[in-house]
Amino acid sequence: MERSSWASDDVDIEHASPARVYDYYLGGSHNFAVDRQMARQAIELWPELPLIMQANRAFLRRSVRYLVSQGITQFLDIGSGIPTEGNVHEVAQTAAPEARVVYVDVDPVAAAHSRAILAGNQYADVVQADLRDVTAIFDNPRARRLLDPTQPIGVLMVAMLHFVPDEAGPASIVGQYRKMMPLGSHLVLSHATHEGRPDQAGSHTDLYRRAGAPLTMRSRLQVETLFDGFDLVAPGVVFLPLWRPDSPADVDDHPERFTGFAAVGRRG
Amino acid sequence: MNHADCEVFAQRWTEAIVGTSYVAMGRHMLARHLLELTHQLVEGFLAAEFDPSVGRDVGVAMVEKHFTGTETLKETLALIAEWLPGLSTPAPPGADVAGRVAQLVGSLAAGYASALRERSLDEQDAIYRAGLRARRQAEQALAASEAKFRAMFTEAKLGIGIGDLEGNITDANPALQEMFGYTREEFTRLNVSSMVHPEDAASVWEVYGELIRGERDHFRMEKRFNRRDGGEIWTDLTVSLVRDEGGAPTYQVALLEDVSERRRLQAKLQYQAYHDPLTALANRQMVTERLDQVFAGPVSQRRVGLCFLDLDGFKVVNDSLGHDVGDQLLKTVASRLTRCCGPGQLVARMGGDEFLIIVEDTGGEADMAVLADRILSALAAPVRVGGHALTVRTSIGVVERPVADTNPADLIQAADITMYQAKAGGKGRYAMFDQHRNASEVADFTLSATMVAAVARGEFYVVYQPLVDLGQGTLRAVEALVRWRHPTLGVLGPERFIRLAEESGSIVQLGHWVLARACEQAKAWRDAFGDAAPLVSVNLAPRQLHEPSLVADVTQVLADNGLDPSRLQLELTEQSLLGDDAGPLTMLTKLYGMGVRIALDDFGDGYWNLPDLRRLPLRELKLAGSFAAGLQSPCNGVDQRIVRALVDLAHALDLTVTAEGVETLAQCERFQAAGCDTGQGAWFGLPGAAEQIDALLRGAHPLCHREAL
Ligand SMILES: C[S@@+](CC[C@H](N)C(=O)[O-])C[C@H]1O[C@@H](n2cnc3c(N)ncnc32)[C@H](O)[C@@H]1O
Repeated sequence: MERSSWASDDVDIEHASPARVYDYYLGGSHNFAVDRQMARQAIELWPELPLIMQANRAFLRRSVRYLVSQGITQFLDIGSGIPTEGNVHEVAQTAAPEARVVYVDVDPVAAAHSRAILAGNQYADVVQADLRDVTAIFDNPRARRLLDPTQPIGVLMVAMLHFVPDEAGPASIVGQYRKMMPLGSHLVLSHATHEGRPDQAGSHTDLYRRAGAPLTMRSRLQVETLFDGFDLVAPGVVFLPLWRPDSPADVDDHPERFTGFAAVGRRG
Repeated sequence: MNHADCEVFAQRWTEAIVGTSYVAMGRHMLARHLLELTHQLVEGFLAAEFDPSVGRDVGVAMVEKHFTGTETLKETLALIAEWLPGLSTPAPPGADVAGRVAQLVGSLAAGYASALRERSLDEQDAIYRAGLRARRQAEQALAASEAKFRAMFTEAKLGIGIGDLEGNITDANPALQEMFGYTREEFTRLNVSSMVHPEDAASVWEVYGELIRGERDHFRMEKRFNRRDGGEIWTDLTVSLVRDEGGAPTYQVALLEDVSERRRLQAKLQYQAYHDPLTALANRQMVTERLDQVFAGPVSQRRVGLCFLDLDGFKVVNDSLGHDVGDQLLKTVASRLTRCCGPGQLVARMGGDEFLIIVEDTGGEADMAVLADRILSALAAPVRVGGHALTVRTSIGVVERPVADTNPADLIQAADITMYQAKAGGKGRYAMFDQHRNASEVADFTLSATMVAAVARGEFYVVYQPLVDLGQGTLRAVEALVRWRHPTLGVLGPERFIRLAEESGSIVQLGHWVLARACEQAKAWRDAFGDAAPLVSVNLAPRQLHEPSLVADVTQVLADNGLDPSRLQLELTEQSLLGDDAGPLTMLTKLYGMGVRIALDDFGDGYWNLPDLRRLPLRELKLAGSFAAGLQSPCNGVDQRIVRALVDLAHALDLTVTAEGVETLAQCERFQAAGCDTGQGAWFGLPGAAEQIDALLRGAHPLCHREAL
């Protein structure tokens, strides 16, 4: 049963949503006044946020291309957000035209928009669900149509797990996904951390908490633990720009300022 | 030409705008992309026919790639304005360089701005639509789930009620309406607090309070309610508290299943288990449990009394007037007994025509005597059943004693035995339990009850007493006599247990057992001593003569031992043949016909019936010991003549005569003189083990009378 099916108030445009705020950081207009107001506030407190989000998107692109190079042609992108430039299916399908992508987001507006964007796309679809409903996601007919459970899969949780509090047991959730992933599958993960900019982390998390979308920043060690059962692909858990950059020029002098960790693990 | 210029510029441009907008390109790709745009701009700038729309195209292309930042535009415009005029390839002659630059930059800015405006509006539109779609979907999902819930609510067999935290009922489904007989509107005017049933346990409302206060999330119990029409229903009730997202209690939902029918059935089964269906009195089970309760409580000082009743002659009523009349009679007796009794007194039917009354907390035997008298007089008036006026008489056994001194089983046994005493004492009366009298009856009862098991355990054995030929002085026969080697009472003779065995019926098994042992022994003697082996004489109890299988049993035992029927003698008394039943005589006739010797035992005790001697299929007459006593010296001539006459009579009827109880030489001689054939008694040998007879047969011990003769 879908978690949201009994509640009507989950389509809430009176409050800011992480998905739409994120879109604003990226210079998009898929947002409402509340979202913009919150995003501006956040940027005022921490002007580098848009750059950090760009670095996150850049990591997302690189990781997808890496996965394709490893022979992965099916993707499950959880917490996919609002489609924008350089979506996973675009990146993947540029490299491998038959690549299949299933987007998952708990945000009904993000899911509805994704559905509109993907209308007519044979190889990509969206499921509105909570990351925690692992079986509901894998059993969803839209996912079953596109994903071959016997083939390796790329599971993406990019800028997503910091929305899952410790009480919800992120490691065990990831563990549940691992069990569903055939050998050779990959987990792609980026995660907010306080380790790069301890000075900024406090006010930022406060803002998100007040907005009703609490963030849990995690340490490198905690992020590494999320990869239990996976073999970390080189260079391991690193700040966003340091994960297999396209060229040295893309790496800032202070990569820690892009205070998110990125990593890819392989289930072997 | 300008290629090198362009590359340098694109590189600078990249540096200037990288990070100012989110585009899906790395620095390298970005530089390549900007190089293309640079060529476009340079071409337009140097064109012979200048067209400023090139700038616009570049602005639009940038927004397409998601250059959306204002900083991007600012940097871009500044760079272009600075760089274009200094290109190494000059503009066509006569061209207004400054004007071209201004126009190109202006149109790029306008193209960028309007494309961005378009893009933003499109995105706004898209996200707004997505919001609407999402909301519509959610509403549909909600409507669907509400419809599902409604359907469940209305179709459910289970009663469902919803109430607020003040207990006001806000909704009730049709099943609940049906269950209680209220309409939905009536329900919504009710409060949960009005659903109290007078017999609710206090705990019901305690847990309800805890639920409402949010201290528990649900409870489940069986609870009674009153229906609108005043009827009562039992329900299996589950009440759950529903909380909002913040965990605050918001309302309560009750699920009710009507379990009245199940409760009724249970109650009925319970009732049936404890009541007699005919009279509706308590049954034996209830008696057991009630007594257990009495004895489970604190015993000090408390006393308890029992009346055990048995209707006299009820069997006759049943047999002659039929079961219907019998049943009616029992019902009437039951209701009269009930009327005699008050609170603390339980009337029960123990089965058949037996009733028991338990009286708790009696003050002494006198109380019970009063009750027994009341019962006797209540039953004195004739009972009218189907045109008959039946006079009921009853025998009542009464016990009354301190609870601490007894236990349920003893109490009932004492009442039962006392009831038999009342019956034996003349019926239609009550008897009060008598400790001393009871002791011997209890002993008898115990002996009787354990007898069959004792046979199986091998506690019985057979002894043999010689019957000696008075003419020859030889051993002619032995009488088999049974003994009981009782584990605690020692060796018991037949006088102690044969009557009990007769009463209980176990004489049939016991008699057969003795017959079988005696015949085995007879075979052993025959094998060892041939024709010198004695006849074996076995007693037959009156009851055995009523066993239809007697002839077959005897035949079987003889066959088992390869004995000729003439080697067996069966002794019976005249009482066995009293009564109208022709069965015993037929049986005797058959046995007689087979060749089995039939002896009439104890002849002369009680009354004499000489015609019987002719009528019955007999071979031998055994004169009771009283004759022997009469022939004791100094001899009374009359007795001697009587014996002689009897012997003559018997001989005339072709019967042999055995004198029993011969203890002295004098008696022996007189019987011999009277013509008796055989003698038995202490003079010839007391009953003893088979080996003793072996010794006689081997001549090791001379027969007593031989010595004397
Ligand atoms: C910052 S966005 C990341 C979008 C995209 N993955 C990227 O990195 O560009 C985080 C997304 O996670 C979604 N999200 C948050 N909690 C979620 C959950 N429990 N289950 C599924 N999605 C969730 C939000 O709705 C949001 O769209």
